[in-house]
Amino acid sequence: MNDQPVLLSVSKLVKHFPIRRGLIIQRQAGAVHAVDDFSIELRRGETLGLVGESGSGKTTAGRTILQYYRPDSGQVLFEGTDLTQTSGEALRHLRRKMQMIFQDPYASLDPRMTVGDIISEPLMAHGLTNRKEAQEKVRELLQLVGLDAGYLQRYPHEFSGGQRQRIGIARAISLQPALVVCDEPISALDVSIQAQVVNLLEDLQDRLNLAYIFIAHDLSMVRHISDRVAVMYLGVIMEMTGRDELYSRPLHPYTQALLSAVPIPDPPLERQRKRIILQGGIPSPVDPPSGCRFRTRCPIAMPICAEVKPEFRQVSAGHHVACHAVP
Amino acid sequence: MPALLEVTGLKTQFNMRSGTVYAVNGVSFAVKEGETLGIVGESGSGKSVTMLSVLHLIPSPPGQVTAGQALFNDKDLLQMSSSEIRKVRGSQISMIFQDPMSSLNPVLSIGYQLIEPLRAHLPLSRAEARERAIELLNLVGIPQAHERINDYPHQFSGGMRQRVMIAMALTCNPQVLIADEPSTALDVTIQAQIIDLVKTLRDKLGMAMVWITHDLGIIAELADRVDVMYAGYIVEEAPVDLLYANPQHPYTLGLLGSLPRLDSKEQRRLTSIEGMPPVLHETPQSCPFAPRCRWVIERCHHENPPLMLVEPEHRSACWVNPATGQPRP
Repeated sequence: MNDQPVLLSVSKLVKHFPIRRGLIIQRQAGAVHAVDDFSIELRRGETLGLVGESGSGKTTAGRTILQYYRPDSGQVLFEGTDLTQTSGEALRHLRRKMQMIFQDPYASLDPRMTVGDIISEPLMAHGLTNRKEAQEKVRELLQLVGLDAGYLQRYPHEFSGGQRQRIGIARAISLQPALVVCDEPISALDVSIQAQVVNLLEDLQDRLNLAYIFIAHDLSMVRHISDRVAVMYLGVIMEMTGRDELYSRPLHPYTQALLSAVPIPDPPLERQRKRIILQGGIPSPVDPPSGCRFRTRCPIAMPICAEVKPEFRQVSAGHHVACHAVP
Repeated sequence: MPALLEVTGLKTQFNMRSGTVYAVNGVSFAVKEGETLGIVGESGSGKSVTMLSVLHLIPSPPGQVTAGQALFNDKDLLQMSSSEIRKVRGSQISMIFQDPMSSLNPVLSIGYQLIEPLRAHLPLSRAEARERAIELLNLVGIPQAHERINDYPHQFSGGMRQRVMIAMALTCNPQVLIADEPSTALDVTIQAQIIDLVKTLRDKLGMAMVWITHDLGIIAELADRVDVMYAGYIVEEAPVDLLYANPQHPYTLGLLGSLPRLDSKEQRRLTSIEGMPPVLHETPQSCPFAPRCRWVIERCHHENPPLMLVEPEHRSACWVNPATGQPRP
């Protein structure tokens, strides 16, 4: 277990996106409940996996933590400073220490900038280097992420998806951040390339003591990379605990269904497994179900689930779950 | 059991302005009645192009099938005229694709799109076809089918759209269903629904299936036999249990090693395959996997290995036995 100091402490974070109607006189017709009552804690050097299906709010949660979106309420303590109360130059200064790696390595790099400029841009923006030194730093960073230092003058289109993702990683770590939010960093890559990028992320974590929030829908990869895992559904964390505990003793019916839905590359084992097949799809976050948000698809829903929102509580050491059916 | 669809020596190339790309380089496989064949490979390995070539669905030009035979009910599909293949495609052999939104016409109701193939292939009146379309929607688990038949594709969720695609593919009780990554774009709980549905339908209707995917987990769940593709070649072929228990090609080993397992406790480092898959601009004189291979020997650089029998029913295209690291006799 990780006994390093707490780096990030998020409590009761809420982000709703208003839906406006009307062309001239705009009025609010509703809101997308993207993230509700989201609380996590992250230590230095630790990896928290954030899993959920599309529309579960995991990306919005990551972006709201970094203040790319300003939350409606809640607190984000980063090294003791509440980011939600920080703005302007003070926030910009703190941004050095929190970076993001994006899902699509084709869309997240400016096609008209050279690799050297892409990687040195954050350094220049924060006035940490001059043009002369920048080249040397970029060479170092390229080597650190396993790319040839001679690629400096090339453009993104000359690289494959996996190499582009390495460029994105080099840019993210250029400022020596403490926290990196990885938003589905490998889901656009081929299987054999995914392993390369994940190994790189793990090596960098060891060397630079990075804390990761690893957002993904691939539950096997999340198990591999995370220390703790939070399972999200419709904007709410349903269950959060240590990796091995979650995968060997999932308590929430949603986690159970999610885990049973992942095929395992082992034919004899696969034939014995029993699947929990959920009915229907994820409901609209504009008008989420009352009470427990999972109840419309839950195989063991009870009357109380429609009335009372289950409390997100600790049921054993470090194991949190929001479900009425869990004793 | 005799083979239902037997492909031999299939070669497909794309003649681009920047040069020729050899996408499929002499692929042979057979699908027996009621059997599910899994084709695994990464993007660019030629797995989709292989099946599209068989059904004349390669855009031509630039695509061109240059060699091979695809016997289906004693007829060579590759020699058929476009009107002949249209009678087979969508009736005896049908196909479902990865992205249901781009395979459905957004401005026509799904009822219209379901009735069209029914009437094209079967002597049905409009009312009978509509009746049959509703039956099919029921079969694939779309609730209130008699109302939803008038809806348009955008009114369905991703999983429901894929169900509509499956209903369409089943219109004429095909003997072979080709599925090209139909569950890849879907969430994992929806993917489980679709796979469960396809399995049930396969057993109920006794179809043979070819399932194309990059996901070795899905193959483990669905397939009877597996072909692993790399750079337009089949590099390993085996019954599903043998392939996972005793993988013989370095690429298959690499793929399995780079997958984290949901059920594994130990925190092992993933064994990644270094480098990238090649794009072939000429027919290779060496093993196309050699630049990424850990077991590479001298012979690999000047002779491309054919598929060779390594144990009963199990073939691998490799000069080396990766279990021992020794060259094969």
